[in-house]
Amino acid sequence: MSTRRYLISKVLQAILTLAFVLAFNFFLFRAVGDPVTQLLRGHSGISAQAVLQLQRQLGLDLPLPQQFVHYVKETFEGHLGYSYFYNLPVSQVIAGRIWPTILLIGLSTLASTALGIWIGIRQGWRRGSKYDQGMLAFTLFTYSMPEFWFGLLIIMAFAVGVGPFPALFPTGGYETTGAGYTGMAHVVDVLNHMVLPFFVLTLSYLGEYSLIMRSSLLETLGEDFIITARAKGVRENRVLYGHAVPNALLPTMTVTILQLGFVLSGVITIELIFNWPGLGLLTATSVDARDFPVLQGLFLLFSASVIVANLVADLLYSYLDPRVRAA
Amino acid sequence: MSLLSVHDLFVNYRTQGGPVPAVRGVDIEIGTGEVLGLAGESGCGKSTIAGALLRLLPTGTEVTGSILLNGEDVLGMRPGRLRAVRWTETSIVFQGAMHALNPVQRVGEQIEEAILIHHQAGEREAHVRVGGLLEQVGLPPRRIKDYPHELSGGQKQRVMIAMALACNPSLIIADEPTTALDVMVQAQVLKLLKELQRDLGLAMLFITHDLSVLIEVCDRLAIMYAGRIVEEGPAQSVFYESAHPYTRALADAFPAIGEGRFRKAPSGLPGDPPYPQDLPGGCTFHPRCPLAFEACPHIDPRLFDVGPGWRAACLLVDSAKPVLEAARTPGSGP
Amino acid sequence: MRPRPTSTEPVATAPDVHIEVKEPPRTPKQIARARRKAAAKRVWREYRKNTMGMAGLIILGFFVFVAIFAPLLASSCGLDPTCPSTGPQLHAPSLKYPLGTDDLGRSVLTLTIWGTRISMIVGLVSTAITILIGVTIGLIAGYYGAWRETVLMRLTDWFLVIPFLPLAIVLATLLGPSFYTVIFVIAITSWPSAARVIRAQVLSLKTRPYVERARALGASDWHLVTRHILPNVGPLIFANTVLTVAVAILYESTLSFLGLGDPLHTSWGTILENSFGAGAPFAGNWWWVVPPGLAIVLVVLSFTMIGYALDDILNPKLRAR
Repeated sequence: MSTRRYLISKVLQAILTLAFVLAFNFFLFRAVGDPVTQLLRGHSGISAQAVLQLQRQLGLDLPLPQQFVHYVKETFEGHLGYSYFYNLPVSQVIAGRIWPTILLIGLSTLASTALGIWIGIRQGWRRGSKYDQGMLAFTLFTYSMPEFWFGLLIIMAFAVGVGPFPALFPTGGYETTGAGYTGMAHVVDVLNHMVLPFFVLTLSYLGEYSLIMRSSLLETLGEDFIITARAKGVRENRVLYGHAVPNALLPTMTVTILQLGFVLSGVITIELIFNWPGLGLLTATSVDARDFPVLQGLFLLFSASVIVANLVADLLYSYLDPRVRAA
Repeated sequence: MSLLSVHDLFVNYRTQGGPVPAVRGVDIEIGTGEVLGLAGESGCGKSTIAGALLRLLPTGTEVTGSILLNGEDVLGMRPGRLRAVRWTETSIVFQGAMHALNPVQRVGEQIEEAILIHHQAGEREAHVRVGGLLEQVGLPPRRIKDYPHELSGGQKQRVMIAMALACNPSLIIADEPTTALDVMVQAQVLKLLKELQRDLGLAMLFITHDLSVLIEVCDRLAIMYAGRIVEEGPAQSVFYESAHPYTRALADAFPAIGEGRFRKAPSGLPGDPPYPQDLPGGCTFHPRCPLAFEACPHIDPRLFDVGPGWRAACLLVDSAKPVLEAARTPGSGP
Repeated sequence: MRPRPTSTEPVATAPDVHIEVKEPPRTPKQIARARRKAAAKRVWREYRKNTMGMAGLIILGFFVFVAIFAPLLASSCGLDPTCPSTGPQLHAPSLKYPLGTDDLGRSVLTLTIWGTRISMIVGLVSTAITILIGVTIGLIAGYYGAWRETVLMRLTDWFLVIPFLPLAIVLATLLGPSFYTVIFVIAITSWPSAARVIRAQVLSLKTRPYVERARALGASDWHLVTRHILPNVGPLIFANTVLTVAVAILYESTLSFLGLGDPLHTSWGTILENSFGAGAPFAGNWWWVVPPGLAIVLVVLSFTMIGYALDDILNPKLRAR
């Protein structure tokens, strides 16, 4: 199979998956109860006329196949419905919350992958050492910990200051309200608010990356070409970073990107407890408000981003691994 | 002084179940330009020797005895000196058709790396030399840019050979260089190795389980069984007039066409080689030996002289007679 | 962290053989049963030497004990804010309330003890359903192959890609918060990985000589699956189940924390939700936050450790290294 055919098949697969998510979302909405009732739950003061109008607006008076076409068309035009809770179109509600989440997820994912890979390399290189064993125990522990609980502990320790701990950081939020910082001061203020959620997210996922890198490196170190490199007189350090790591990084990288789905899940509770005004907090508050249109929009967005991340992982892999590139 | 002189080499692998003796007291001498063949079944310790010569065995492996390379003790070398000796004095042709090449590096870079880390040339000069090396092993220089997976098994093996020549070593260890290649390609690679050896005056330690390969390229042959050399001598003598029953069995396992002595059905050897942790007493070969007699389970034979520069570790040889003669009168040994 | 069984003695299979010789089983069924019994014994003997696995088993044993004997350890009346046993509100740990009280004066210890029940039940039941779906789909896809495999595996891949928590949230919100919703939602979002693992195993089993021989002898699909395939995927299913319980308990706590748990049943997640809702972390009421979370960590850790230990023993490839 040529490179082009590989790429095309990957893109087609992604599109197919996206179509599945769209269909799933569509039927989910209609399979469970009456959509209008769902939409208006908690808004009982709405007249029968308004309900009818809503039905027409959603295309619910049409036969099912036409409804689906209508729905897909609307979705692609960016119309994700209307939030009665915010009295705004869903797309607007979501757009206003995207950047804080990208900032938080982006930075913490960068940090946890970089740190996790570095730890995993050191573990794999000195397999069975005290360091390796300690890190494995630590990894198992962070894996077993609900992120939000860890977040609550961190808040109590470093934002509230329980017992001997110093209250160093704000308990939550994106910036100091009413302070009106601009320029550099504003950046510093936001970063100061981000320290704790960033720390919690980074630490929560670091262990998974280190575990993957460790096992991938162990496998690579057992390969014959490592012995070839040693026999050539290559220094140990270069055997590791010049030969073993580049090979071990490939699978690690793919798995890292596939982890995005889990990071998204973590970000929902972390944003909630740190009151970080991103998509995660929006999800949590929409659950409380039973704001279905927003929840559905978010579900679609989250799924689409994971699908796109998968596609990027595939494409990146094919670019970095000469074997796939040619296969 | 010989180029490589190994004396009383012992290698113990460290495992959970205790040390496993893989090599038990081996002596090897290779002179300049000489080709020694080392043969034996898999697991007899022949590849372990290859690893021990450049100290490439897993950390924790216990290696004792002496390995003198150009008169210098390899086992006593500091890490820096060891790295400098690797590839410049001795290089290895691995079983390249398998996984001995880094899959994500261009083959040219992999050969160049050896030249560069030993400061044998600048970057540009090294590049030119890699092209020359590829031509020397019969590959077009444009293959420099290829990744290992883009090459066939035979081509990969040629790359491995080019790599081994990169730093002009005086000794090349060829560890199963033709295994896993199909027969036609095997013959080509073998021919190439033989020509290079002759043209460059290389000394070579040629390791394989295929005796018929060795007879074509080697001056002398050493046969290993259960971590020891059981017969050693001029290639022709060892192959055609084998003094040790094990050598005879190995030679018979690869019948050559048109030779009278192979008309008979090739005699396969019964049973498997022993586990290194659980060696039989006396001569380690006796449970499988067709000529074993009462003394064999009790006496561990040393290497006895068979002829000039020809020795074998078999009680039947003690009377300095070839095995077949001795076999006719069983019990005529010690 | 993952100590190998340090047996220097060869694995003693002799006693089992001896037993089989003493009472020769007559029917094939008996032979199979005896063999399986011996295998289970062997696994247990290896398991006992696995420090991590044994530690996990002890922790889990403790929590199972707490879940079963919850009524004896703490009166269920303590869950009701109007119960006479409630004390002062938000009281720090004392002799009478070893883990303090919540904002309604209930003992956090009592809540945590009773929370064990719900968290464990939800974890176990949802895992059972997950495995049931996963095994069924994996078996059908792996055994029949062809179009069934294509369709089912495509479906599995789709479900794998959908981020589980957003999906779970949408589902739970639509269905309304209840005990059963949580179980259903966890099962529906976690079966795909089980299905994949099982399918891979079935694919390799299908080509084993004894299965092909049975097929050549005219065995029905049902016979092949129930007699040859399932018993051999069994150990794998077991190890997978144990690891799935760990994940399910984590999911439950997350869903409950987001307010999607059953409001009438106290689980560890609901305790944390209540404490967060009442602002306990921000008021420094650590005793209300630490115990339920620690319980989650310990139980999840115990299942994970048991799962890894089993994987170590049942997966010979890992053991050989």
